[in-house]
Amino acid sequence: MNYQFEFGWLFEYYPQIVKGIAITIELIAVGAVAGILLGIVCAWVRALGPAWLKPFVAGYVELIRNTPFLIQLFFIFFGLPSLGLQLSELKAANLAMVVNLGAYSSEIIRAGIQATPRGQFEAGASLAMSPFETFRHVVLVPSLERIWPALSSQVVIVMLGSAVVSQIAAEDLTFAANFIQSRTFRAFEAYIVSTAVYLVLAILLRQALSMVGWAIFPRRAAR
Amino acid sequence: MIEFTVWDILRNLLLATRWTIVLSLVSFVGGGMVGLVLLFSRISRRKWSRALAKSYIELFQGTPLLMQLFIAFFGLGLFGIDVPAWLAAGLALILWSAAFLGEIWRGCVEAVAKGQWEASASLGMGRLQQMRYVILPQALRIAVPPTVGFSVQVIKGTALTSIIGFVELSKAGTVVTNATFQPFTVYGLVALIYFALCWPLSKSSQILERKLNVAHRNH
Repeated sequence: MNYQFEFGWLFEYYPQIVKGIAITIELIAVGAVAGILLGIVCAWVRALGPAWLKPFVAGYVELIRNTPFLIQLFFIFFGLPSLGLQLSELKAANLAMVVNLGAYSSEIIRAGIQATPRGQFEAGASLAMSPFETFRHVVLVPSLERIWPALSSQVVIVMLGSAVVSQIAAEDLTFAANFIQSRTFRAFEAYIVSTAVYLVLAILLRQALSMVGWAIFPRRAAR
Repeated sequence: MIEFTVWDILRNLLLATRWTIVLSLVSFVGGGMVGLVLLFSRISRRKWSRALAKSYIELFQGTPLLMQLFIAFFGLGLFGIDVPAWLAAGLALILWSAAFLGEIWRGCVEAVAKGQWEASASLGMGRLQQMRYVILPQALRIAVPPTVGFSVQVIKGTALTSIIGFVELSKAGTVVTNATFQPFTVYGLVALIYFALCWPLSKSSQILERKLNVAHRNH
């Protein structure tokens, strides 16, 4: 092997890399917040919601969990325009990530809700809380607390999965790597550096999520 | 302009589906073998062996599969090997799924009660005998549902190999779209085919989990 590794020239492209990192972070920030909210709503429907709504949500969750993210992305970006819904690359990427994480997180959150003892619901009812109030004040937070580690790993998985949004020309970190690769033909360096950046992002994201967990669930600290 | 019927589209997609299936099988079986090595090195008594396996798993679980595919595709080329897409795809998917399977199985081995290790040690069994006769048979039972569940991730993972140019279901979807200009129909069908492959596996994983858990509680 007579290949000479050189990483120095990559500095020339740092604006692209920084922009790519920023977009990847933005994608996961929007995806995580909106995705988890969607997951909470879906989990509520499947665990406690009206019966007529359950099959729809179940269908959505099963469909998303059993198809590749890449195809969901293509369907949203290339397919939906024929229904008259044209989205920009970034919007399509955002939507795909929210829809994807929504399905996965709803299953995780549902497990948390189902692990809530029945007595908690009864206690809520005996305090004259409506079912919604009971869910909001008694069930939701301890459920999220129970499954927070699993939810965090899922968010990290979705962040790593976001690498494919470069395929619809959303300018994320992978897009930057491809850009550099096509300009310089030094594929190996470009991809090694961006892989390392993803690794760092994944570690930081995991840390950040566990810190968020500590902030939302202060009871944990008392234990 | 040629008109394409839905049947034309579906037939071509189904023809490409076999490569998705072949690649999934290769990745799952190969990943299982490498994963077994990882499992043993992860629960070994030697510290360096545990550390090595752990950093392997961290590396492959902490980076995007797409990047691993790119590095396999372009990286191997540096060694003067002419890398066809299927080789890079198979290699990257095997190494990637090994990291996950190794970690899943470690969880299963650790789920076996500690007393079982102690009991078998007190019978004078060596480490290999303990594994062979006491731990693995019990861990295997716990491992079946998550392993079947992970096969769904492998099938979905193969979709990414279309990006480095391996012609399987996703790539066929793109090609057919370019020919027919019907992205809505084509990607809808592609999604349904993936669903038809994955859903039975997810479902049987859930059913197995329920069954084996029930059996477990009766002990």
